[in-house]
Amino acid sequence: MANKAFSIEDFNLWYGTDQALYQINLDIPKHEITAVIGPSGCGKSTLLKTLNRMTETIPSVQTSGSIEYDGEDIFAKKKMVEELRTRVGMVFQKPNPFPKSIFENVAYGPKIHGIKKKQVLNEVVEKSLKGAAIWDEVHDRLNQNAFGLSGGQQQRVCIARCLAIEPDVILMDEPTSALDPISTLKIEELIKELKKDYTIIIVTHNMQQAARISDNTVFMLNGEMVEFSDTDQLFSNPKDKRTEDYITGRFG
Amino acid sequence: MNDKVNYSHIKGRVMKNAVVKWIFIMATSVALIFLALLIGRVLSQGVGYLSIDFLKNYPAPYIEEAGLFAGIMGSLAMISITAPVSMILGVCTALYLEEYARDNKFTRFIRVNVQNLAGVPSIVFGLLGLTFFVYLFEMGYTLIAGALTMSLLVLPIIVVAAQEAIRSVPSEIREASIGMGATKWQTIWRIVLPAAIPGILTGSILAFSRAIGETAPLIIVGAATAIYSIPDSLFSKYTVMPMQIYSWTARPQEEWQYVAAAGIIVLLIILLCMNAIAVWIRNKFQKRF
Repeated sequence: MANKAFSIEDFNLWYGTDQALYQINLDIPKHEITAVIGPSGCGKSTLLKTLNRMTETIPSVQTSGSIEYDGEDIFAKKKMVEELRTRVGMVFQKPNPFPKSIFENVAYGPKIHGIKKKQVLNEVVEKSLKGAAIWDEVHDRLNQNAFGLSGGQQQRVCIARCLAIEPDVILMDEPTSALDPISTLKIEELIKELKKDYTIIIVTHNMQQAARISDNTVFMLNGEMVEFSDTDQLFSNPKDKRTEDYITGRFG
Repeated sequence: MNDKVNYSHIKGRVMKNAVVKWIFIMATSVALIFLALLIGRVLSQGVGYLSIDFLKNYPAPYIEEAGLFAGIMGSLAMISITAPVSMILGVCTALYLEEYARDNKFTRFIRVNVQNLAGVPSIVFGLLGLTFFVYLFEMGYTLIAGALTMSLLVLPIIVVAAQEAIRSVPSEIREASIGMGATKWQTIWRIVLPAAIPGILTGSILAFSRAIGETAPLIIVGAATAIYSIPDSLFSKYTVMPMQIYSWTARPQEEWQYVAAAGIIVLLIILLCMNAIAVWIRNKFQKRF
């Protein structure tokens, strides 16, 4: 795995005095889809949110160990967290559009990064909405409030909003858990499509989803990384007994 | 859970339901009846004394010539200083407390005390204004001293309202903004404030309505009761509508009570207009988002 996006070494994380992650060691490859699975409370979302330092919005969080992105320490003092979050975008569990028009939602990222020209913004918005496979559904109502869209459409607008800042990595925190099966299918197809240009790390409750779309799978349990391997291998021939128990439905 | 449903109780529960409903209706009626009595009395006494001249004239020793012009202009001048001062200070304070301050004993102490301040009698703020603005800063009995005293009076109300409005902005959309590399300030300016503004305005309207009807603190910081000019600078002498009304009610002849009632009508109309403008602004913001 010469081409790695993230390299995590001996990483621990605490919420106050509760330890949520134990000694995580993991190399996440570029331009592939890596799924993180595991039962609720196993630390998979925490691990994901650490990768763009969103965990730092919680004041009591403490960490040890190192995480490198593209060969650079993400916790380095001189590194600005805003830059990291621009290169490592995030899509959340619940669709969370801003209470603004569809256009303003997607244009938000470019605007905060200093793009003012209407012409450029128009192009970015169109490209991002097309990239998120929602352009055909909304191109004639870009000025309407994004809350008027269905949940699945909102989530794709949120993905478009994330694409508009042109990240290298997209973190997805159970992006389909609040959606119906048809919207889920659309988003899954979109994720596979996005793989060409982005490194994608997706946390999911849904093992079938991980099996369907990912190249690699991480299985986590009680804050520990149990197994990390090729998705086909992990689901057909797990090395660890606990992984086998989980994927065959003996618990979780 | 083994007991059977007791059908014989249904009648009693339905009765209780109806009784409770009527208790609430009656509670509401008490407020409405007294409001109607007040408005009815004021209107019946004051309407006859309302005229264009009443709005244009300065206070005068004769009833026919007396007017509220100085009070109206004084109130408007005062609110146009108090509103920006208290809103800027109040919203900035609320932003600090909600977005920046760490949650520790000290900030919790501040939060509780801001809420306490909102319930402090207005006369206390008058004494504070007298000590600081009138004497210590040597502003004297001027418009600016009165307006700043009023700003202090409404500040806690605005801070509490703004805090609540800011707190009610869902954390999901803050996270979305921060997750895209926006700074805290960009998130506040572009996401949090626009979403919180309807709530902030609602609270501020209520606060300014209180300020425009207040008399007690202004008596202490030296608002005039009879004045024959309108404020033309921050350091002018001034009076406000409630001061003028108060001085009329204090006169012995009965007719002055009717003039005071006319003044109250004007005060109420100006309050209604202010609220209408603010509600309109609020709705406009809500439509956009």
